[in-house]
Amino acid sequence: MSDTILNIENITKSFPRVIANKKVTFDIKKNAVHAILGENGAGKSTLVKILYGLLEPDEGNIKLNNKDFKVNSPAEARKQGIGMVFQHFSLFDSLSVKENLILGIDEKMSYSDLENKLENISSRYNLPLDLDAPITALSAGEKQRVEIVRILLQDPKILIMDEPTSVLTPQEVESLFVTLNALVKEGRTILYITHKLEEVISICDTVTIMRSGEIIDTSSTSNQTAKTLATKMLGQKLDDLKTNYEHIKDEVNFEVKNISCDFNDPFLTDLKNISFQVRVGEIYGIAGVAGNGQSELMDILTGENINIKSGSITFDNKKIEKYGPQKRRDLSISFVPENRLGHSAVPELSLSDNILLSQFPKNNFIKNGIILKNNVDDFANNVINEFKVITPGNDAKASSLSGGNLQKYVIGREISSKPKILIISHPTWGIDAGAEHSIRESLIELSQNGTSIIVISQDLDELIEITHKISVIYDGNLSKPFKTSEVGIEKLGLLMGGKNE
Amino acid sequence: MNSLFPSIVSRSQSSGLMNFFVPIISIVLTLITGSIIFVLLGFDPVYALYTFFISPISSTYGISELFVKATPLALIAIGLSYCFKNNIYNIGAEGQLTMGAIFGGGIGILFHDTNAFWLLPLMIFGGAIGGALWGLIPAILKTKFNTNEILTSLMLVYVALYILDYLVVGPWKDPFGYSFPKSRPFSESGRMPLLFDGLRVHFGLIITLFLIFVSWFIFSKTIFGFQLKVSGYSPKAARYAGFNQTTLVFFAFAICGAFAGIAGLAEVSGPIGLLYRDISPNYGFTAIIVAFLGRLHPIGIIFASLVIALTYLGAEDAQLFLQIPSAVGFIFQGLVLFYLLGAELLINYKLTYKKLL
Repeated sequence: MSDTILNIENITKSFPRVIANKKVTFDIKKNAVHAILGENGAGKSTLVKILYGLLEPDEGNIKLNNKDFKVNSPAEARKQGIGMVFQHFSLFDSLSVKENLILGIDEKMSYSDLENKLENISSRYNLPLDLDAPITALSAGEKQRVEIVRILLQDPKILIMDEPTSVLTPQEVESLFVTLNALVKEGRTILYITHKLEEVISICDTVTIMRSGEIIDTSSTSNQTAKTLATKMLGQKLDDLKTNYEHIKDEVNFEVKNISCDFNDPFLTDLKNISFQVRVGEIYGIAGVAGNGQSELMDILTGENINIKSGSITFDNKKIEKYGPQKRRDLSISFVPENRLGHSAVPELSLSDNILLSQFPKNNFIKNGIILKNNVDDFANNVINEFKVITPGNDAKASSLSGGNLQKYVIGREISSKPKILIISHPTWGIDAGAEHSIRESLIELSQNGTSIIVISQDLDELIEITHKISVIYDGNLSKPFKTSEVGIEKLGLLMGGKNE
Repeated sequence: MNSLFPSIVSRSQSSGLMNFFVPIISIVLTLITGSIIFVLLGFDPVYALYTFFISPISSTYGISELFVKATPLALIAIGLSYCFKNNIYNIGAEGQLTMGAIFGGGIGILFHDTNAFWLLPLMIFGGAIGGALWGLIPAILKTKFNTNEILTSLMLVYVALYILDYLVVGPWKDPFGYSFPKSRPFSESGRMPLLFDGLRVHFGLIITLFLIFVSWFIFSKTIFGFQLKVSGYSPKAARYAGFNQTTLVFFAFAICGAFAGIAGLAEVSGPIGLLYRDISPNYGFTAIIVAFLGRLHPIGIIFASLVIALTYLGAEDAQLFLQIPSAVGFIFQGLVLFYLLGAELLINYKLTYKKLL
């Protein structure tokens, strides 16, 4: 058929513990935006990596314009007319936009040729760029523009976009959609990888839904709603989560006052006069686009960094800004940093051993320096049972668990010690929808039992779903808090983009 | 049809079986390479390997000698595993050994005409202190100035060797020693007691076995051992847990230095009986191979120390009976390490033969 550009037939790819793609078959029409929708781990990334020559399929065929298509490297894929914009940018931070663009092109090109070409591309597709700016000075949206321009310089027929909106503000998303529409109008095809339902409906023409490596459905988006897509994507219905405000006490038990911190490092964001208060039983959310000071703030809240320039942290009437992590745990403050492997858990150690990373005074894990193995094992088994962690046992290595299971285990470990306050960063980052739902549920339940929670997250939907109060961090500045049930997503979006009226 | 060359595929879990087999694979490959070298040198490989590996331990005396050599190797290696588990690359055990010999041996020289039960314990204690202090220098440099401990600990080896050199030709020279560069002999009660009459294997072996047992207990049962492991695997997780990494670096270096120092003292108060220039045939460096060949595990280190000790004995016999330079022992040690590092790949990766369609 002439309007099909890509035929994917029976693609199968397996990895040591999973089959990532199982006989994947579908066609992609020319001149359209084709979505591949699925949860994390559904096999979307594996499929596009095969298309882009990064992985080799175990079985199956791909036809491009009815001709057999087989590539062994991204460079070959680009030659055949397939370009890809990755979720994580591959730019040299210390080089300028211009230098990055020149480096990314396969053929030789002079700066003046480049500039001519760029002018053309920039105006045609709504992609303004400051050529001499260093990458570090750019926002995530601008970096993505550099990536897109770099691909467009090679004039691809098919453009693969992997979760392009995950680091963008709502306003940047809109401008990206304008660009994508302009590209399609010119006869290009876009393969749009996402797990966000609204985006599929608003911008894509056709949608292919994947679940655990298999194609569930390929159909036009015109007769779909977010609900019908969600049911197909998840294969099950999840209850809506409800937060309520009644159980929150007036008493403030955690207060950050005027925290400032200078790092003198172009790759870190200085924190500027950050203040907030959390009341007993309240879930306080900190939203923001990645790289605006979240991890720097997290380190200060956990005590992993106690070198602040000024300001104070008060918990239960104690000044704790100079306390390290263990002293904070002794006061019943608990934390879960963003990164599971190598930060909140050690992948090489067993689940039982990982319990010992976070000890609270009540725990009774150690006597005279000797580990009480039975107590630790009991605690681990409890966490495994109570939080439905799927694992052969407490002696399994942390690295053998899926992301969602390990995160449930780590959060379960912290919650089981009944902390007075839980500080958690990106609680559901990179895990499947089932685990995501159960983690959000346990956080809400924990707050109802009187624990205060601080959630730092990039996922605005998540924060709106579970928090009571929400602030936005932008370039190391924290906005004033808003009541979550009253603030609009638009307002938050503007703040995330640094626009304050 | 399968492709000719295997491709390397990562395992989902590191292989426990391979963890056990890697040292054995590397020893087998070493023997194969060794026999090729012997053939190229014009020897019958079976006879050469027999001379190298079997004949040295075919007598009671030979077996005793094996334990004499294995004692310092095992003791230093178990000390090194405190550092290596914590991802600290202390290469300077030879210097810590030398400093232990100087401190402990210095006490022996001071009390050269004293015979008392407390002398040997005091010398052992001095050896431990000397080694530990020498080990703490790179620890301080690392934690205060962020220097690379590989370089500093290695350079301090030569400083320690020259200090020993200075002492035995200068102030500590034996006044009745005809100007030879050596110290007075220690008194009888400053010597390691022999375990069997007529054999050189000495009380240092008992100390070593005891410290290996203590280390096994620390590594597997105590929170200190756990902290060492965690900060070795992932410094970020250790920081999250609130472990004090500076303290861990100090303890790892101090313990390693103390063990190496005791090993040095055991050498000079055991088989040697006085201080002189060449107290150690590179035990401190060779113990690094022992530590890794034993996979930093106490039982593994015991076996590895015996294997490597055999290369020392084999080299001597090869020199005597085959007229091959004794440096061939170092070649074998180097081969073991070479194959060990190569074979480690098999723990986290496996080789598969892809089907060709």
